[in-house]
Amino acid sequence: MSLNRADVEKIAHLARLAITEDEAEAYASDLSSILALVEQMNAVDTQDVSPMAHPLHMAQRLRVDEVTEVDQRERFQSTAPHIEAGLYLVPRVIEQG
Amino acid sequence: MYDKTIAELGAGLRAGDFSSLELTQGYLDRIRRLDAALNSFISVVEDSALETARAADERMKAGRAGPLTGIPIAHKDIFCTQGIKTSCGSRMLDNFVSPYDAAVVSRFREAGAVVLGKTNMDEFAMGSSNETSYFGPVRNPWDTERVPGGSSGGSAAAVAARLAVAATGTDTGGSIRQPASLCGITGLKPTYGRVSRYGMIAFASSLDQGGPMTRSAEDAAAMLQVMAGFDPRDSTSSEQPVPDYGAQLDADLAGLRIGLVQEYFDAGLDPAVAQSVRDAVEEYRRLGAEVVEVSLPNSALAVPTYYVVAPAECSSNLSRFDGVRYGYRCAQPRDLEDLYKRSRAEGFGAEVKRRIMIGTYALSAGYYDAYYLKAQKIRHLISSDFRRAFETVDVLMGPVSPTTAFRVGEKTDDPVTMYLSDIYTIAVNLAGLPAISVPVAPAQNMPVGLHIVGNYFAEARLLNLAHRLQQVTDWHKQAPAGFV
Repeated sequence: MSLNRADVEKIAHLARLAITEDEAEAYASDLSSILALVEQMNAVDTQDVSPMAHPLHMAQRLRVDEVTEVDQRERFQSTAPHIEAGLYLVPRVIEQG
Repeated sequence: MYDKTIAELGAGLRAGDFSSLELTQGYLDRIRRLDAALNSFISVVEDSALETARAADERMKAGRAGPLTGIPIAHKDIFCTQGIKTSCGSRMLDNFVSPYDAAVVSRFREAGAVVLGKTNMDEFAMGSSNETSYFGPVRNPWDTERVPGGSSGGSAAAVAARLAVAATGTDTGGSIRQPASLCGITGLKPTYGRVSRYGMIAFASSLDQGGPMTRSAEDAAAMLQVMAGFDPRDSTSSEQPVPDYGAQLDADLAGLRIGLVQEYFDAGLDPAVAQSVRDAVEEYRRLGAEVVEVSLPNSALAVPTYYVVAPAECSSNLSRFDGVRYGYRCAQPRDLEDLYKRSRAEGFGAEVKRRIMIGTYALSAGYYDAYYLKAQKIRHLISSDFRRAFETVDVLMGPVSPTTAFRVGEKTDDPVTMYLSDIYTIAVNLAGLPAISVPVAPAQNMPVGLHIVGNYFAEARLLNLAHRLQQVTDWHKQAPAGFV
């Protein structure tokens, strides 16, 4: 599978990464060579193989549904780029009427 | 002083021959004097190190010291450390001072270990040479024109150069073992689930595992003893009891069955590296082990499979870096989408972006079955190869890396060539097995690592094998010139 610039632009949008036109060309070539490596997988017939979900085939551990964490909002927001009154600030999403 | 083992240092501290404060000051002085040539540390925390050392000395006097109390170590900058910048080698987290400690970090804190600082690494642990770090490449202390390996290259270089007694690392595809091999130290990747991933910044959650990087197997046993154990905060943490790793170091090797992995002695392996590995295997034969050839027929599929699984999981894990809650935010975003896109584009480096895009593509609508599902099926085949091999042998051996340390810049233009540096280490992560890199005879005057792979939870056996080799060889005691 070889990717072109338009494919890369679409992937970059899905991944929320801004890329320039020059970068898109370079990524198209890099990503295509990585996919060529990955496609060596196709040489194997995996029709009757089950996928491996966990190396030790462990099941997900469950816990009792009770509150175990205390509120530490201020501490965790201390690393935020922009907060006000306990809220994270971002550019306006909803247009004013 | 700087060649002593953890046990020797502990004995010296308890006997009062020197204090942790003196020892810590000595290491801080070495870092200040020698690290400019290596760039192995991102942060050095002098004040808190000295404060912990003083507390360790008090604890020593009160008779409450453990084996790691007062011992100066370093953490890979992927482990969250409360009050200390945790960058993960990225511009994205250059301003991130963690509000909490990783499980591994709290365990060392409780043990009374002194943290000297945080070591350099490939950005978000994605790399095999430590050249993708936002903070610049790390240099190999054996030849500063060469890379230390990656992604735990800062930890490997710091331990090899005696800038820390020991360090922590993480291994997703070889990131403990490959730099340990290239820097001539001992590096252990434990069984998946043995060491808690809580607070260890996630790259590929089904593969990531923390472990010790040390000069000797004996030190690795002491470090792992602190790190290993169940943690309810990590959903894949194992409840398997933790054995006494130190107690089994000297166990007899008579009758042990070693499998030499045929596929790992391929055309891509440097003949001098192959010779060093075969010579080390001969030492084991002299120690009473039996050596047979074994085959892992799906070995060649490990790298292709890994480059689906790891990027897919990375694209999901790294979606949390959105410029909103913590980390880098771009200047003057026009709208929310621009904020996400530019914060991520400016905060992440080229290799991280490549992997996010590969992963995003592999998981996108219509491609899941062809990539991720296919990879998880092949993972099953790779893991079955190991299961079959362990029906006839106790451990597997081979090289860690196809070559010795390459030159800085040599492989940066071609991602796929760089990926093949991990050709012998990746399958172990896909299967979730434990493995160790042990220094053997150098090739072209650069260190070489022997790779020993064990069955699930056989860490004590791997440490035992490494220790026995280190009793009859002294490769692990060699220090790079200029860092003696």
